[in-house]
Amino acid sequence: MTTFFKRASIAALIAAGSMTAASAAELVINFDGTDPAPKEAFQMVIDKFEEAHPDIDVKWNLFDHEGYKTSIRNFLTADAPDVAAWYAGNRMAPFVEAGLFEAIDDVWEDNGLNESMASTAGSLTIDGKKWGVPYTYYQWGIYYRADIFKENGIDVPTTWEEFLAACATLKEAGITPITIGTKYLWTAAGVFDYLNLRQNGYHFHNDLTSGKVSYTDSRTQATFDRWEELVRPGYFIENHAGMSWQEALAPMVQGKAAMYVMGNFAVAPLREAGLTDDQLGFMQFPSINPDIAMAEEAPTDTFHIPSNAKNKEDAKKFLAFLTSKEIQGEVNKILGQLPAHKDAEVADDKFIEAGFEMLANAKGVAQFYDRDAPAEMAKAGMEGFQEFMIKPDRRDAILKRLDKVQAKVYKDK
Amino acid sequence: MTDVSHTATGMPPAQRSWYRRNRLAVTPWLFLAPAILFFTVYVILPIFQSIWISFYEWDGLGEKVWVGTANYVELMDDDRFYTSLKNNVIWLVLYMLAVPAGLFIALFLNQTVTGIRLYKSLFFFPFVISQVVVGLVFAWFYDPSNGILALIYSIWDGKPPAILSDERYVTYGIIAAGLWPQIAYCMILFLTGLNNVSPDQIEAGRLDGAKGWRMLWHVVLPQLRPATFIAVVVTVIGALRSFDLVSIMTQGGPYGSSNVLAYYMFETALSEYGYRMGYGAAIAVILFLIMMVYISFFLWRMYVQEKRGG
Amino acid sequence: MFPRPIEKSSAGTQTAYKIALPVALIIWLLPLIAVMVTSIRSAGDINSGNYWGWPTSFNLVENYTAIFTNSPLGQFIWNSLKVTIPTIILTLTLSCLAGYALAVYKFRLNLTLFFIFIAGNFVPFQILMVPVRDLSVSTGLYDTVTGLVLFHAAFQAGFCTLFMRNFIRALPFELIESARIEGVSEWRIFWHLVLPLVKPAIAALAVLEFTFIWNDYFWATVLVNGQHAMPITAGLKSLNGQWISQWHLISAGSILAALPPVAMFFLMQKHFIAGLTLGATKG
Repeated sequence: MTTFFKRASIAALIAAGSMTAASAAELVINFDGTDPAPKEAFQMVIDKFEEAHPDIDVKWNLFDHEGYKTSIRNFLTADAPDVAAWYAGNRMAPFVEAGLFEAIDDVWEDNGLNESMASTAGSLTIDGKKWGVPYTYYQWGIYYRADIFKENGIDVPTTWEEFLAACATLKEAGITPITIGTKYLWTAAGVFDYLNLRQNGYHFHNDLTSGKVSYTDSRTQATFDRWEELVRPGYFIENHAGMSWQEALAPMVQGKAAMYVMGNFAVAPLREAGLTDDQLGFMQFPSINPDIAMAEEAPTDTFHIPSNAKNKEDAKKFLAFLTSKEIQGEVNKILGQLPAHKDAEVADDKFIEAGFEMLANAKGVAQFYDRDAPAEMAKAGMEGFQEFMIKPDRRDAILKRLDKVQAKVYKDK
Repeated sequence: MTDVSHTATGMPPAQRSWYRRNRLAVTPWLFLAPAILFFTVYVILPIFQSIWISFYEWDGLGEKVWVGTANYVELMDDDRFYTSLKNNVIWLVLYMLAVPAGLFIALFLNQTVTGIRLYKSLFFFPFVISQVVVGLVFAWFYDPSNGILALIYSIWDGKPPAILSDERYVTYGIIAAGLWPQIAYCMILFLTGLNNVSPDQIEAGRLDGAKGWRMLWHVVLPQLRPATFIAVVVTVIGALRSFDLVSIMTQGGPYGSSNVLAYYMFETALSEYGYRMGYGAAIAVILFLIMMVYISFFLWRMYVQEKRGG
Repeated sequence: MFPRPIEKSSAGTQTAYKIALPVALIIWLLPLIAVMVTSIRSAGDINSGNYWGWPTSFNLVENYTAIFTNSPLGQFIWNSLKVTIPTIILTLTLSCLAGYALAVYKFRLNLTLFFIFIAGNFVPFQILMVPVRDLSVSTGLYDTVTGLVLFHAAFQAGFCTLFMRNFIRALPFELIESARIEGVSEWRIFWHLVLPLVKPAIAALAVLEFTFIWNDYFWATVLVNGQHAMPITAGLKSLNGQWISQWHLISAGSILAALPPVAMFFLMQKHFIAGLTLGATKG
């Protein structure tokens, strides 16, 4: 079809000069952080980078977080930047397979990243090559209102029974135990992942997301049994399907809800909304099956060089700069997240320290349901999770449907 | 419109020079060439290309793989597709309310009091506004914690329904938002139609003792038939194009329950978790076939009109 | 109520009607009024949940300045203008030429072509989406204002040609006829004779198309993804993703997005309605 379109007559239609040619010294970066903290962090990185490389002029395109996930497919093929933000794991696989990301083993080699970023190297490797660099990762867990826990005489739960008891106490006190906003679906996957990791462990998570076990498997069913124990008594906030993750922060700030299963990026907006560190606490997701080693969820955010980039040379300079020890420390301090560089300074912050400690002891680190499972499976799965949270009675139908999607998706692979 | 003969009549063909005959045959094509070129490239060919792509599995990045009718077979077994189709039917049926509602407002406004012209144009306002704005505004109205619904329910301490996150209400909530501009559209069509209603026939009807509903039904409505026809056509098209509001208000959620074919196609082919161009194209083809029924109907009517002489 | 003119009704009915009019209007436009009021509320009102009460302060200037300084809204509006105006010029050029040809010349494919233009005008956008996006990508027009302009102009040519053709056919054909007999060239007939006569149609189409193109959201989503070419509709949607629950900003942005077509409508009302109701009065 393309040749079809390249007829001369069409070419005549196209006004000359519609394409913007980047000059050698321009470095275009596409990034998905319009929230205040990421915006500030990257403004800082770019300022410093331009200072260190006065000959390079950085052009920074900001996208909103949800919209970016759609846009990236478009701009990688059509109008590629020199550097693009994305995620590690299976989430980058389609772009790698389609030849849209550049292999950058040399960046890893030249900057000693193989050693300093060994812990995340695996999630950026496909077919023995490195396809991007990590710049941050962050723990998931339960953020809770410590003051509300105290008022109601609740100790931080470490087992499932204690957790259910805490929820019951909160519910009785007229407080919604868990807030969540599932409008954009992925938040529900965070809850599912933790229940599944605690019920069945890290390997099962990988088997499920790589299509080796089914959704109607008795072990997956057990995960849903646990979930039902939260859904049936109404421990999740009502109307969660109508809220984004940010909107669901409000009930917690207002003291109407006590817990949120979230990533550490939630801390910045919660603080900004007025919660003090005395009011806000972090806990590891409680143990469900004592025989299962505690694995955690810690997604890695990454930067890549598109194959169609115009200025790959400067792009590599930028990646090297971003992954340096100093910048890693500084950028993650602003982000309130963990540096990917092992020697970088970890911010003096109770949530980051808690996360650092938790992950250091983790028996396995999962990326996230929608980063470990192929996109089409992830979409169907997360819609199923959302539906289950609203209509738990449909569980059987939902799981059967997911099996059907699974059979289809992995057969194509 | 009067029928005019468009050939250079009055001049026996033999007397025309070769150039002149040739000129009349060639000139229209010269005038038409730019529009035909554009229209072919951007509208006609893409229709056929979409049909062609619907027989492939293609992620928009790699190679296309011929799969025959596999995409259509899969569609037949796709719950999301049926949900979307069902919602499209609901849209079509409920959107039709815009026609009588528009007529009602038009009749209400069809008076001559001071300032009525301003009233008419203010009533028409919603149609001029982007559906993106309409969608944002209604999404906020429906917000169960601080929307206008919450305000209304708070009068008796009730709990407002969460319209956009409840599968039972969500489609109706979006349609209600869509009806607002659509009613305005129908209203203006009827207002113009009413301008052309012949006063003689009204008078004749009155002499026959027709009043109120009888007058409306037997005398006024028949004269509004052209306006009604256009109103129905634009409403059907509007209902099937229901992309904007779904995209803005719910993105098809919760869990796909407010999806319509127009959005489902986009979601499948070009959104965060979907990039199945072939499957998306197959959905588009189904939507196109549904629309073709209406297009054919419209064209047939136009054809009859043309044959009657305009 | 119609068909009985209100001035023939009793005084009571007349008064009731005059009261009912503004009441109905306020209810009808309530969504807009709410948005306008919200757009001048303070962030404090929004945060404390005062959405519907009397605003505690009027932040007209603050809010509208804020959306221009804190977001690329100005750029979005400029992009919309850069898409809308060239599209109108291009599509009107195409359709004046084509409409003239279809109205004035008799040739075998005339009606067929005319019907293809009409039918094309009704096809669902989705059937065009994948190929048009593909075409734009392969020609480097993806994510450019030019790409949007070319597509819109082509697609709208269907509707505009329908309109133009019918308008020109309603002109007295004798004028053209006599010009031909005098040996005036076809082009000069079109340029000097017909074009001046179709000015009202051009005006009507221009205002109508302005609204259509300005309000387009689907193609702005499919053919553009960067801020540098993004029109206001898609821009507003992406800002909505950033201004979480900041309804005063979303409202102010919405008002600005709605303003140009509304102004256009008010200034050119007669033409607008003439364009819209084409066909509603005949047949």
